[in-house]
Amino acid sequence: MDFNYLSTILFLPAVGAFIVAFLCGGRSRLIKWLSAVFTFIPLALAIYLFVSFDRSASAAGLVQFEESYLWIAPLNAHYHLGVDGLSLPLVLLTTLLGFLAVLISWKINLRPREYFGWLLLLEMSILGVFMSLDLLLFFIMWEIEVIPMYFLISIWGAGRKEYSATKYVIYTLFGSAFMLAGVLSLYFTTGSLSILDISQGGLGMVQSIMPAGAIFLLLMIGFAVKLPVFPLHTWLPDAHTDAPTAVSVMLAGALIKMGGYGMIRLCVFMFPDVAERYALILVILAIIGVLYGAAVTMRQTDFKRMIAYSSVSHMGYVLLGIFALGSVSMVGASMQMFSHGIVTGLLFAMVGLVMHNARERDLRNLGGLARQMPVIVVVFTIAGLASLGLPSTSGFVAEFLVFVGSFASGIVPWIEGYTLLGVVGVALTAGYILWMLQRVFYGPPQEKFNGVADADNLERVYMIIFVVVIMLVGVYPAILTDVFKLGVAPIAGLFGG
Amino acid sequence: MNLALFIPEITLAAFAVIVILLDLFIEQKRLLAVVSIVGLAVAAVFSVAMWGNDFPSIFNKMLAVDNFAIFFKLLFLATAFLVILASVNYVSEKVTRFQGEYYALVLMSTLGMMLMSATADLISIYVALELTSISLYALVGFLKDKKSTEASLKYLLLGAVASAILLYGMALIFGVTGRTQLGEIAGAIQAMSPNGIMDSPALLMGIVLLIAGFGFKIAAIPFQMWVPDVYEGAPTPVTAYLSVASKAAGFAIIMRVFFSAFGMPGWLSMNWGIIFAVLAVIGMTLGNIAAIPQTNIKRLLGYSSIAQAGYLMVGMAAIGFSPAADIMGRSGVIFFLASYALTNMGAFTAVIVISNKLKSDLIKDYSGMGKRAPLVALALTLCLISLIGMPPAAGFMAKFYIFSAAVKQHLLWLVIIAVINSVISAYYYLRVVKVMWLGEAASDEKVPSSIALRVGLVLSSIGVLLLGVIPGYVMKVAEVAARMFAF
Repeated sequence: MDFNYLSTILFLPAVGAFIVAFLCGGRSRLIKWLSAVFTFIPLALAIYLFVSFDRSASAAGLVQFEESYLWIAPLNAHYHLGVDGLSLPLVLLTTLLGFLAVLISWKINLRPREYFGWLLLLEMSILGVFMSLDLLLFFIMWEIEVIPMYFLISIWGAGRKEYSATKYVIYTLFGSAFMLAGVLSLYFTTGSLSILDISQGGLGMVQSIMPAGAIFLLLMIGFAVKLPVFPLHTWLPDAHTDAPTAVSVMLAGALIKMGGYGMIRLCVFMFPDVAERYALILVILAIIGVLYGAAVTMRQTDFKRMIAYSSVSHMGYVLLGIFALGSVSMVGASMQMFSHGIVTGLLFAMVGLVMHNARERDLRNLGGLARQMPVIVVVFTIAGLASLGLPSTSGFVAEFLVFVGSFASGIVPWIEGYTLLGVVGVALTAGYILWMLQRVFYGPPQEKFNGVADADNLERVYMIIFVVVIMLVGVYPAILTDVFKLGVAPIAGLFGG
Repeated sequence: MNLALFIPEITLAAFAVIVILLDLFIEQKRLLAVVSIVGLAVAAVFSVAMWGNDFPSIFNKMLAVDNFAIFFKLLFLATAFLVILASVNYVSEKVTRFQGEYYALVLMSTLGMMLMSATADLISIYVALELTSISLYALVGFLKDKKSTEASLKYLLLGAVASAILLYGMALIFGVTGRTQLGEIAGAIQAMSPNGIMDSPALLMGIVLLIAGFGFKIAAIPFQMWVPDVYEGAPTPVTAYLSVASKAAGFAIIMRVFFSAFGMPGWLSMNWGIIFAVLAVIGMTLGNIAAIPQTNIKRLLGYSSIAQAGYLMVGMAAIGFSPAADIMGRSGVIFFLASYALTNMGAFTAVIVISNKLKSDLIKDYSGMGKRAPLVALALTLCLISLIGMPPAAGFMAKFYIFSAAVKQHLLWLVIIAVINSVISAYYYLRVVKVMWLGEAASDEKVPSSIALRVGLVLSSIGVLLLGVIPGYVMKVAEVAARMFAF
């Protein structure tokens, strides 16, 4: 029997969570080292899978490293895991961020066994969403994430943490309530819980009993809350801002990608006709999200909230790329998910570092930190430039593909015009990123920040990892696009792309 | 007539008498709990031995001995076992006299519920129901303080009204069909022409009155007024018992009566299905909204149980809408009851542990429980998550299963209302979780728990997790139980 790579990757963090929470007592150093080990092994395995993934053109749309066992016989639910070109990079992203999140959390000393336990469980549930090929398993993994998130924000967060945590939970549960109704309808109209079976041949069955549009909308609400799509985004700034640094990294980096992934995998793939019908509305919402998000970002005075709002804007590109329904634009949207995960992850890590070292988060009071933080300022600048899409960073590749792909896709009416509006968002992004850099790091050095420390060695390590990935993807994007193309090909094929 | 098939019930009755008699002679009252548990175990063994053989009925078709009845008998026995585990300390501290009677009454009401799950005749239904209820009236008032007595009196008075309504309904149905045996009632109804059924308001009235009478048992709105006060006033183990076993027994009897007697023709079952759908909507919504402002955990769980009854009635609606051959609705309700029993028993056991130490059931006093009693708090958190219906707990699978059955019968609107209600419920369940893990502890003193309570807590928590992660086996058992035969 083959080695079950995916199950190993999926459950190692959960095993780690159990050991950390119940078997380590209060020994903080041991807990951190164990957490690092239990997130590093999945990362190494994910890299191995990424390398050994079959990239030949004949593998387009094929699921690799598949595992399937009958799980609940009366419901015909299977424990079915597998990755294709779409999900594998996201699995890689999640394991990478999971490992880095542990490093970023190294200074956490408040109730460490609970903290690392929840953090590892969070990683497991996100991985589960990207790997599941069974609707019930997918939904369970989707739901499990709420519990760790609630505790992580409300105990280790800052500011109005309990309010933000509750808001997050209610929003998410609200979305997943509709999703559950959608999953159930899908189950009974197709008679199957297998994502592969439904997307490959279930469509005829869908339309016969229940209007496909209704199911599409039910599922879409769940994903739209998570991505988030304007106007369902208001949980995001609160949750991101009040969460502890590493959790913001996981949240912005990996978790909200579940929304985009779900849209492509379930909504677009299973309901191409309906997706085409609603594409115009969703593209308009995407553009509103891009412009509104960028405009609101400009107005923020809180350092972390500013990064948080920029996510609303950047996720607009993902939505635009997906519902332009072109092959290139969908690859671009997937690239944007990966790139945003790394870039925003790094930005949140840097913001956390600045806030931690300088003990100040109000942009109006910050300034002149370049002198005290020479390393941080360089890394922050790189991350900022990647975020605004400078060539040679991953952000450029992703946004370029989204714009080119959307402009040329020609499925949604007037898509060229909407794409051009979206490009305006890039200019706004450049504006707020540069302004933020200027306000925080440049200007006259301030007396009160004299003793402020720069990054220490451990922090330099994870910064370097982030920067290397950003540059690698920026300089040699084919390493990812080749894989994404394989995953997107059958989906785009439905629209003749 | 085959008395051998009645052995579980006889055993339990005998043990109830033994417990009362033993109480006269022994000093060490904890022994009574052990004896009661032995009685439950023996009855369980006899019941298990009958599983799978579809025996005919006994006592002139008054009692059925089908898998459906056996499943529920085992469920009641298991619940009673957990209740007795939870009672040991509580009783020896708070009930100084009549400890023997306490255990005997628990056994007697269990006996009543076992009969309820098996009865197939209007007369025996009434007898079983009263046996259960009268034991429970006494148990609710066992503390003899002001609240407990008030609760008991309220329960008795409202229960008596409900019994009267039920009897009236039974009388009407007997008047129209001339039969008391469920299968024969079904035969009489099917022999009537469709117009004949519609032209006999007495029959329809009878059905509605039956729903009302049974609705009291399961705390369906608008027959739920007794729940918060009784739940708050009763001894906590009895509250747990009421919320779990009494409700399950109510649903067992509703399922049997409505499926066996009024399951055919299809349009008739759709009519009562729609009544249950409406009751479900009102029950879920009002139960959840009323739970939000509660400050006492027992009252909170009381309103929550009203809401849970609402979810269960979604399953009843699905049964009403599905053709007789489709068992998904019935097995969904059965599975839900099993998972709900484990979940609520776990939650109440945790409440008992905490209130033994704090002498308080106020939610604000749970502050910092995550530090003072981490494992108890963890178990309670798991149970509350299960009540919300979130994975990986049993509650999620139960809801998924029961909602599946409803969607299958095109009741998507009802399911959407139900899932939105789950979101509302998350708000107040999580409030308890928040207080336990985020609040400051009032003192650093640990909260101790006895071995019996710990065993109960661990068993129900493991059960909740197992049913949430690998529910397949229990679902299959529920399917077998759901294939009851109408006669």
